[in-house]
Amino acid sequence: MSVDKETVAKIASLARIQMTDAELEKMAPELNNILAWVEQLGEVDTSDVEPMTAVIPNTLRLRDDVVDADPLTGGGVQDKVLANAPASEHGFFGVPKVIE
Amino acid sequence: MTNLTELGVAQIRDGVAAGDFTAREVAEAFNANVAAAEALNTFIVTTPEKALEAADAVDAARAKGETLGAMAGVPIGMKDLFATEGVQTTAASHILEGFTPHYESTVSANLWRAGAGMLGKLNLDQFAMGSSNETSYFGEVKSPWRKEGSNTALTPGGSSGGSASAVAARLCPAATGTDTGGSIRQPAAITGTTGIKPTYGRCSRWGVVAFASSLDQAGPMTRSVTDCAIMLEAMAGFDPKDATSLDLPVPEWEKGLNPDLSGKKVGIPREYRMDGTPQDILDSWERGKEWLRDAGAEIVDVSLPHTTYALPAYYIIAPAEASSNLARYDGVRYGLRDLPDGAGLQDMYAATREEGFGDEVKRRILIGTYVLSAGFYDAYYNQAQKIRTLVARDFEQAWADCDLILAPTTPNAAFGLGEMQADPLAMYLNDVFAVPASLAGLPAMSVPGGLNSDGLPLGLQLVGKQFDEQSVLNAGLAIEQRNGFTAKPENWWA
Repeated sequence: MSVDKETVAKIASLARIQMTDAELEKMAPELNNILAWVEQLGEVDTSDVEPMTAVIPNTLRLRDDVVDADPLTGGGVQDKVLANAPASEHGFFGVPKVIE
Repeated sequence: MTNLTELGVAQIRDGVAAGDFTAREVAEAFNANVAAAEALNTFIVTTPEKALEAADAVDAARAKGETLGAMAGVPIGMKDLFATEGVQTTAASHILEGFTPHYESTVSANLWRAGAGMLGKLNLDQFAMGSSNETSYFGEVKSPWRKEGSNTALTPGGSSGGSASAVAARLCPAATGTDTGGSIRQPAAITGTTGIKPTYGRCSRWGVVAFASSLDQAGPMTRSVTDCAIMLEAMAGFDPKDATSLDLPVPEWEKGLNPDLSGKKVGIPREYRMDGTPQDILDSWERGKEWLRDAGAEIVDVSLPHTTYALPAYYIIAPAEASSNLARYDGVRYGLRDLPDGAGLQDMYAATREEGFGDEVKRRILIGTYVLSAGFYDAYYNQAQKIRTLVARDFEQAWADCDLILAPTTPNAAFGLGEMQADPLAMYLNDVFAVPASLAGLPAMSVPGGLNSDGLPLGLQLVGKQFDEQSVLNAGLAIEQRNGFTAKPENWWA
């Protein structure tokens, strides 16, 4: 499997990274090298192997169903949440117009 | 007068508690070393006032006769991957430049609670992606080490290269690191320092900038095994804010230290003896076996048959998780925003991410996006997750024959900065011995294994069973005591 410049452009757009033609030209052979190298995984017969989903067996814990169970990750910290926003208005994150 | 910056964690903690010197004196001595070492580029931000503030609190607590914490009076470097309240946290990226968290990571909070102070935020590979510290937006970190008779700048390794360099150069007695595929062990090995990655889940990932969540694990980097045990104990612990945090008590690793390995079997994985491994790496491995045998251990041959597939599987799984984790950097909630004239939301995302991410980060996001995309998910990602199961099973089967595994940490000593940049794949191979333990979530440590013919440090790696950090630390201590590693870099930077 080898990726061409157009494929890289498509992946870049899926990844929301703008790339110039020159960058795409440079990236295509680099990705091909890496992908060609990982192809060796295809040699291994994994037909009866389960994919790993968790490295340490752990059961999912549920948080108590209460408001602000943890003061750090609960609510009421609007100012802190917005403190690093490049743009904020009326207590919301500011973004360019989405709907015409 | 003792040279305070030569002391380690245990010596500083005990000396402060005994009144041999004050925590403030210690903090001042390390602050001075940090200020004089700009040439190494180890720190992105220095916080001398934070170190003094914590030291004064410890001195005041001691004066009042209060019980002191496990790290009381010890100033440390904090890898700039940990969110620190009120202090810039960037992951060495442009996209997070100027980001000042309003919260503290659980690991750093644990350390401050134990009485540690912060000297500053340490440089690293951007988003912890790299093995040489050349991908940092804030410039490369230089190793304090140089080849004998050479002035060539060498890599301190990565991604915790700032941490390794700072500890080796006596800018701090200890530093935090994080390890996704070897990012604590590889830099520790090539700077002659000691670092341990605990069992996955021991240290909370809450407030640590995420790279590959199923692999990322924090750990200490110090100059001795005892110091690693003390600091890991202070960092670790159950955290309800991290769903993958282990709900287990933290063992008393420092108290449990015991270099007598009688009755222990140490496995030597035959697949780690790869073609082209330099002779001095093999020699150091031989010395390691001798030291462990001398400590009472029995050396046995073991097989980890899927070793060669671990690295390519890692370079599917880690980028896949990274592509998803790094989707949060879009110019909306924090960090950089690039909004070209008349641009809509999608254009803003794409422009921000183009400007904010470095080349290696983009490369990994693209690989991750590709292997997760429709049509390729089964061939790449699912197959890699199956290989991961096989790598973990290899270790499970090896534990039938041994209690621990000894291997080299890296396939080579430190290389020159810039030497490997042209070939991403050659760089990835640096983690060939470190990655398998990461995929299996096992505790693994690097301790100094001597010097090569150029006078550069080499590391020995110990891998243990899940939750068995104690055996790893004990074997590390046995090596440390027999190795008597006292080499240190000559100070050319101050």
